[in-house]
Amino acid sequence: MTQAECVECGADVDLYDDLEVGEIIDCGTCGAELEVIDVSPPVLDRAPELEEDWGE
Amino acid sequence: MSGADATATDADAHDADAEYTAGVIGGTGFAGGELLRLLAGHPDFSIVQATSRSAANKTVGSVHPNLRSLDLRFTEPSDLESVDVLFAATPHGVSMERIDAYFEAADTVVDLSADFRLPSAELYDEWYEGHDAPEYLERAEYALPELNRENLAGADLIAGGGCNATATILGLKPLVDEGILGPETGEVVVDVKVGSSEGGAGGGAASSHPERSGVVRPYAPISHRHEAEIGAYLGLDVSFTVHAVDMVRGASATCHVFPDGPVSKGDLWGAYRGAYEDEPFMRLVSGGGGVYRYPEPKAVAGTNAGEVGFELDASNKRVVVFSAIDNMMKGSAGQAVHAANVALGLEETAGLEFQGLHPVGSP
Repeated sequence: MTQAECVECGADVDLYDDLEVGEIIDCGTCGAELEVIDVSPPVLDRAPELEEDWGE
Repeated sequence: MSGADATATDADAHDADAEYTAGVIGGTGFAGGELLRLLAGHPDFSIVQATSRSAANKTVGSVHPNLRSLDLRFTEPSDLESVDVLFAATPHGVSMERIDAYFEAADTVVDLSADFRLPSAELYDEWYEGHDAPEYLERAEYALPELNRENLAGADLIAGGGCNATATILGLKPLVDEGILGPETGEVVVDVKVGSSEGGAGGGAASSHPERSGVVRPYAPISHRHEAEIGAYLGLDVSFTVHAVDMVRGASATCHVFPDGPVSKGDLWGAYRGAYEDEPFMRLVSGGGGVYRYPEPKAVAGTNAGEVGFELDASNKRVVVFSAIDNMMKGSAGQAVHAANVALGLEETAGLEFQGLHPVGSP
């Protein structure tokens, strides 16, 4: 299992070997949703956020 | 131990394999009930006695319906049995009067009231009605392990933190540790929302259901006593306001922090990860995915967890910090059991593993 750094909190994120570009994973430390930009070596970026009107 | 008739037949409370015996003073209150629930499920404690003036000789289950299976009756608080650890969940002022008797009955005393929280008699003169046993204040250790773990090991007098103070301290401590906040650095405004159980089981006119239901009531706009703990243990003067809201359990603190210098998101993550990544009960919840993006009392109801999160509001030079606890657990009984675990060298999470419920209604 390889690791990459979370771009939100800096924690190491465990990655599965069959990771694919475009896949969305989440950081186990901060919960940020991360998009796999590259797999060799693995690179993560913040996933596009779904804008929501929480109405609050 | 010399069990009274009322407790001698107890099957659930007395675990023959448990290493330590425990007593609970003030067992009919909400915090006392939570202590009994936690100790009944704790692998290292057996409950010898639960006292109550108002419910002496009645079963614990008659007061706490979730504990009907606990074969234990309340006894008079004047007849304390000998135990290893005595948990006191009485109103403020009782423990300071009876502390000598507590130590005659137990090796270790864990007090959930405010009676030993503050480090000096002068602070009790300023924030409470003075102190009857100031000679014990230096001996007492503040119960919050995330703040005081090293000093809790081996402590024999443990003082439970206030729930609003606990929520606030957990939120701000990482910033203090990193020097982002300090006695001379930055300003803080704290707004806490709390549930009705914080007022205790006694109630009053303001706590009756028709009056309490649906409120967002600023019950302590200024000068809340918990400011004293925050000042004593974080070294901060905070502007502190507490609202009573329509929850039964829960304390949610929003801390508006105005640091003196620039702070980056990376600085903040470094501070919070450094403080809490290895803490067994702390969860960082800060803008990630899903529905629950920030600390939420519902998510920790019934657990000893503390959730902490933050956002950087660079345009206003503000950091907003959120924290959420169950006031009966991390803010009271759970904190007390956690501290006792540390003091006795037990597994820190023993008896506190419950992960909460989802989905769940108003906590």
